[in-house]
Amino acid sequence: MVISLGFPGRLTGERSDVNDPDPFRSEVRAWLELNCPSSMRGTAHQRHSPEDTVCWGGRRWVFASDDQRIWLERMAERGWTAPEWPREFGGGGLDHAQAKVLREELACIHARPPLASFGISMLGPALLRFGSEEQKKRFLPPIVRGEIRWCQGYSEPGAGSDLASLQTRAEGRDDHYLVNGQKVWTSYADQADWIFCLVRTDPRAAKHEGISFLLFDMESGGVSTRPITLISGSSPFCETFFDDVRVPKDQLVGEVNKGWNIAKYLLTHEREMISGLFGVGGAAQATVAAIACERIGLSHGRLADPGLRHDIARLAIDTEAFAFTLERVLDEAKAGFGSGAASSLLKYQGTELNQQRHELLMAVGGAEALGWEGKHFGEGALARGWLRSRGNSIEGGTSEIQLNIIAKRILGLPG
Amino acid sequence: MNVERASRSTRLVYDEDERLLDKEAGAFLSEHAGPAELRRLRDTHDPDGFSRALWRQMVALGWAGLLVDEQYGGLGFTYAGAGILSEHCGRTLAASPLFATAIVAATLIGRLASAQQRQQLLPALAAGERLCALAIDERARHDPSAIELSATADGSGFRLDGAKCFVVDAHVADLLLVVARSAGETAGLDVFAVPRQSPGLRVERTLLLDSRNAANLHFDDVRVGADAMLGEPGQAWPALEHTLDVARVCVAAELLGIAGEAFARTVEYLKQRRQFGRPIGEFQALQHRAARLFCEIELARSAVLRALRAVDAADLRLAALASVAKVKAGDAASLAVNEAVQMHGGIGMTDAIDIGLFMKRAASLRQLFGDSYYHTDRYATLAGY
Repeated sequence: MVISLGFPGRLTGERSDVNDPDPFRSEVRAWLELNCPSSMRGTAHQRHSPEDTVCWGGRRWVFASDDQRIWLERMAERGWTAPEWPREFGGGGLDHAQAKVLREELACIHARPPLASFGISMLGPALLRFGSEEQKKRFLPPIVRGEIRWCQGYSEPGAGSDLASLQTRAEGRDDHYLVNGQKVWTSYADQADWIFCLVRTDPRAAKHEGISFLLFDMESGGVSTRPITLISGSSPFCETFFDDVRVPKDQLVGEVNKGWNIAKYLLTHEREMISGLFGVGGAAQATVAAIACERIGLSHGRLADPGLRHDIARLAIDTEAFAFTLERVLDEAKAGFGSGAASSLLKYQGTELNQQRHELLMAVGGAEALGWEGKHFGEGALARGWLRSRGNSIEGGTSEIQLNIIAKRILGLPG
Repeated sequence: MNVERASRSTRLVYDEDERLLDKEAGAFLSEHAGPAELRRLRDTHDPDGFSRALWRQMVALGWAGLLVDEQYGGLGFTYAGAGILSEHCGRTLAASPLFATAIVAATLIGRLASAQQRQQLLPALAAGERLCALAIDERARHDPSAIELSATADGSGFRLDGAKCFVVDAHVADLLLVVARSAGETAGLDVFAVPRQSPGLRVERTLLLDSRNAANLHFDDVRVGADAMLGEPGQAWPALEHTLDVARVCVAAELLGIAGEAFARTVEYLKQRRQFGRPIGEFQALQHRAARLFCEIELARSAVLRALRAVDAADLRLAALASVAKVKAGDAASLAVNEAVQMHGGIGMTDAIDIGLFMKRAASLRQLFGDSYYHTDRYATLAGY
């Protein structure tokens, strides 16, 4: 399960070193100035634009505008859609520090992300670590260029929080596996080109030990999808069915029956991606406060509703502390003493904060926030956004699962 | 302040000097300070409220002059360093003049005083020989905008009348830095350096729950010379506000230390204490409480470090960042000590173990220079709503 916004990385809108003489920064700034189309530079407000402005790429993608296409092509050309991947696989070959500079410069001009991609945020890191050379060469460059859109086949009707109990089976035949079963909460399965999928290859082994990690084309015979309508009215997720799907054996990543390690590694990246979505610093809260000022008004220089004022400021404070934590985790990783378990903290905190933000936006909007359809109500964007946010603490591992991970792996509590 | 300081790291990890200081401070304070030492001060009704022998050792390590420029005999270290020391003082509950003298007074004098006054005041401060205290609050709840203590021009000097409360270390300070409102001016605040032994000044030590130093001051026609005023007339506020923000960030660092230590002791207890035939740390009800607390402490740690970096980098957002740090660390510490008592169960309510000492210190520090309500309000005001 994956969040359905498209804003990887942190957008603070601030440069950390304004007078930095770093030549790389100057180069990036100049290049962006020349190459980022002006329509791809949103204001802080537009950064929370609806999903239809996000570019997901893929075989069937229809660009919303020429600028969207040009922006993706230019960024992909430099490998900056995946800045830290090696150049030989189409990535940017940047180190952590350079990637941070790039993020900051993109944020500074409010650049739209050129590409939202589960291939970049989730599959790529797992392939770089566990994939064969042949697999890296075959799968990574099309991800960088936004040519293949991936979806994630993880959850099943009977395997949610207890993911390792999954039942979708892959039976080894001569040169292929035969896959049968059902996935659920597959983000955009109906629009994706390929799937990375957890399957059970040894039904007799202990539940963590009979799982493998398969890649296959969604156009393969026997694959079908059915969208799930959420309480928000949108359908970002699907049920996905596999009926005798034939998958060539060279599309298994890593060793057979050792897929759980890859699954866990990828989940870490999923958590990081999700927390990155909500790591928007000052800009996001400025929006809540700005909307509140506009709708409720000031009295003697203060927001006229003192209770809301306090809660909005409190959320802004919490969100700043969260943004600094994201920054600290990056700095610690760079200095070589990071801890992998940080992703659980970030996922838990980031999603809880996003939910609080939506609660406050609903309160600020009052009766107007209840609107569901029609131009006057912005097609119900506030209400739908609020309803959608309730899923944040469920998808990608519930808050309770994150707390379990923190308790056991970081705090070392028994049981 | 000086150029070298302003150019230091903005990264949210310690640099090598800071890591060394962190190690040194942790080792020194856990050996020489610690809750047992605080109990001794409390139970013997120590007249000073701190150990002068311990202070001499801290001075020998250079800590009294940590923030003082080298030209006045100090180390000229980063404020991140002051945060590191503060955090370890929180972890160990170390009682010393470090905060009032080496952090607050050193910052205010460094910012506000004339070159001549700095020359006169800072070397003795950095040598640990002159203890100071900032007298600002006049009401139970922190409010620097409500200062009424008056400074009236009188001949060549001034006459001070009014009262102060919650003045840390006042009863042991050699010199009090007194914030006063100049008569006839509404906006103009001044700071006067007033010897504690001045005629007309009564210092009344107050005994607070945390067994640490605080006092009320009564000024009744206290005469000071014109040279007692730090800096230029009516110009004190910017330096004073900066000093308050530095003080808030360092209090936040001390709160972070308290939170971290109370938490570490609690997690250890969850692993040791057995009920129903197993360690209570196996129960998910407690695991999740502990994990949430861990997250709150980590967020507070980021906020404190970011604010310390803001001091060193002369960041224009210091005021807002100091408020963020004070809120996050205050609330994290409050949660940590409350959860510590709850998860320790009955034993946590007793004076036999140290958890209560951390709880009491946290309560005091939360109030010092503004609690979470004050700083949440201030944050909103600074953001324009």
